[in-house]
Amino acid sequence: MSELVLVLAIPLITSAVLALAGHRQYAANINIAGSLLTLLAAALLTVRVISDGPLNALEEQFFVDPLNVFLIALTALVGFTTSVFSRPYMRIEHDHGKLSSGRLRLYHSMFQMFMCTMLVALSTNNIGILWVAMEAATLATVLLVALYRTPESLEAAWKYFILCGVGIAQALFGTILIYFAAEQVFVHEEGAMLWTHLYAYRTELEPTILSLAFVFMIVGYGTKTGLVPLHNWLPDAHAEGPTPVSAVLSGLLLNVALYAIIRCKVLVDGALNTHFAGNLMMGFGLLTVVVPSFYLSRQRDVKRLFGFSSIEHMGLVTFAFGMGGGVASFAGLLHMTVHSLTKSAIFFAVGHAAQMAGTQVIDEIKGLIRRSPTIGWGLMLGSLAILGMPPFGVFTSEFMILTTAIKHYPWATPVLLIALGVAFASMFGKVQNMAFGEPTVKPLAHNPALLPVFLHLGLVLILGLWIPPYLSEWFRQAARMVG
Amino acid sequence: MTPAIILSDALGGQLINLCAAIMLLLGFAMLAQRRILSLINLFMLQGAVLFTSTVIVAYTTHQSHLYWSAGLTLSLKVIALPYILHRLIRKLSVKWDVETILNIPTTMLVGIALVVVAFNVAQPISQLSGTIMRATIGIALACVLLSFLMMITRSKAVPQVIAFLAMENGLFFAATSATYGMPMVVELGIALDVMVGMVIFGVFFFQIRQQFDSLDIRHMERIKEE
Repeated sequence: MSELVLVLAIPLITSAVLALAGHRQYAANINIAGSLLTLLAAALLTVRVISDGPLNALEEQFFVDPLNVFLIALTALVGFTTSVFSRPYMRIEHDHGKLSSGRLRLYHSMFQMFMCTMLVALSTNNIGILWVAMEAATLATVLLVALYRTPESLEAAWKYFILCGVGIAQALFGTILIYFAAEQVFVHEEGAMLWTHLYAYRTELEPTILSLAFVFMIVGYGTKTGLVPLHNWLPDAHAEGPTPVSAVLSGLLLNVALYAIIRCKVLVDGALNTHFAGNLMMGFGLLTVVVPSFYLSRQRDVKRLFGFSSIEHMGLVTFAFGMGGGVASFAGLLHMTVHSLTKSAIFFAVGHAAQMAGTQVIDEIKGLIRRSPTIGWGLMLGSLAILGMPPFGVFTSEFMILTTAIKHYPWATPVLLIALGVAFASMFGKVQNMAFGEPTVKPLAHNPALLPVFLHLGLVLILGLWIPPYLSEWFRQAARMVG
Repeated sequence: MTPAIILSDALGGQLINLCAAIMLLLGFAMLAQRRILSLINLFMLQGAVLFTSTVIVAYTTHQSHLYWSAGLTLSLKVIALPYILHRLIRKLSVKWDVETILNIPTTMLVGIALVVVAFNVAQPISQLSGTIMRATIGIALACVLLSFLMMITRSKAVPQVIAFLAMENGLFFAATSATYGMPMVVELGIALDVMVGMVIFGVFFFQIRQQFDSLDIRHMERIKEE
């Protein structure tokens, strides 16, 4: 329990400290230290949950079980590596005069606040608090996306705010409906908003209300996950915000929103005894895989390109959980993990590449490998990994998703394969042109921190070759919960 | 307690239905309103109706935590947010007419269709609800959808925000009508989010105007879909 309190309190305290001292030279170090402490606390929490099993804390308002503990650990890890990456990155942005010291303070403080809201959303047992945390995460990221205060970034932030605000209002209505259904069953009022209590009584909940609630939930949280046709905010927000923010948006926030949908699905499945929720997720998922893959080839901005790629992968995960069953859910969880690691690694590399070129336009970035082999190869390998090349982990999870689809939903397989093929064709050529060729890019003024890139890619490689037994047991347990 | 001040369930129910009807009417009024200042006043009025209905539910059902919820509505939606909005409007000196993307009669017709949809969707819920105000769930959903429509059809930043806040009103109305409100900690959290969101909006208004020389969202077309 104390570990959980630490996981939630450290980012909050760090955020408060950085709100005061975020503009100083050493602020980036405080940011890294805070994230490291969060990571350590999350590691302790993980060890605790593995040895003692699921735990409840703070009058049952918070809980940790196999499903959310791995997301908490992943969130803390990517939060830490992003803070390491952001130190030289933001310093260069500051030197280029893109950011004043005041903005830097806002950035550091909001980064930690964002981490805090995501960790609260993941660990809370209360569906109402989950909503509050998701909305708070939106507010924090709106400020981060608009950090540069250029017309484009303001436009992106406004679009993000309005779309996600509308979306999340639908989720609130869904939450109210679930609470309403639960109140019919619960005589005592306290437990009616808690996941653990809801799960215990899920077979008794009124099916009509829950199916209606799920529609509102998937539309609401689906907006934040970037499900087509609610994805419009995502590429803009990724392209116009600072790169560390793009990395945590893609790597973490989308996962957290998807986590909320998965939790709802478990609840609704129990009440309905049909495949209604799964079918809905499969429909949204398939659409979300196909549509962005055809947008990829038209992108000129490198961060938009990878934003669209994130949408596609979220669609794949949604589809996997929609299919359900042990293998598909296992694959979904694995894909969430490897996508999060790979995509944040790519954004780290892309961020520095864009700084070297002074632009995010793909055609104007050339010869990265010649100027900086680490950035160039980081981008190249990361892109190969995200496109599903073996031996990286993305291949493993995509392979598992595809084989399950062949077995149970053969009609979906060609659609998925075509989408993945189109994505490969459109992205590979673009990345190749950026990595190789005659350099147009200039070296960086400060040494970039590229350890995170290779750490992430290394982890993805390991997950592709060999999943450690305790990790696969962990995924299996969570997959069993999801069903 | 003298019988005169004890509201019977029937009377309470009727009063709440009256409030619900006024909520819906205000929803349509906001949809049709062209001037920003009147829009803010309508929003304030909607908050006041929400406050009244919450108090009536609290009184007739003896749910004491609803008084807190009502107090929150009064201080936030009737006093604080309209005050902030009025100040913003004064500072930005935007009193101009609101331009809509669709013309107003069309919007109203679409709004009527939305109300029909909302009632159909809410029917299974209303049948199950044991609360005295079950008839109002459909209206609450209709208010949410009307605000949603307003958000889509307005091209200026300030009316979009007012629509967003009105949507929150509709949701709170749904929560009170279906379940006698949500647990206090959740309501406080939502109120905090709305408040912080409003402050961010306020900052944004100035930034947007500085960058675009206007609060018209249609000027924001820099990011082109390639």
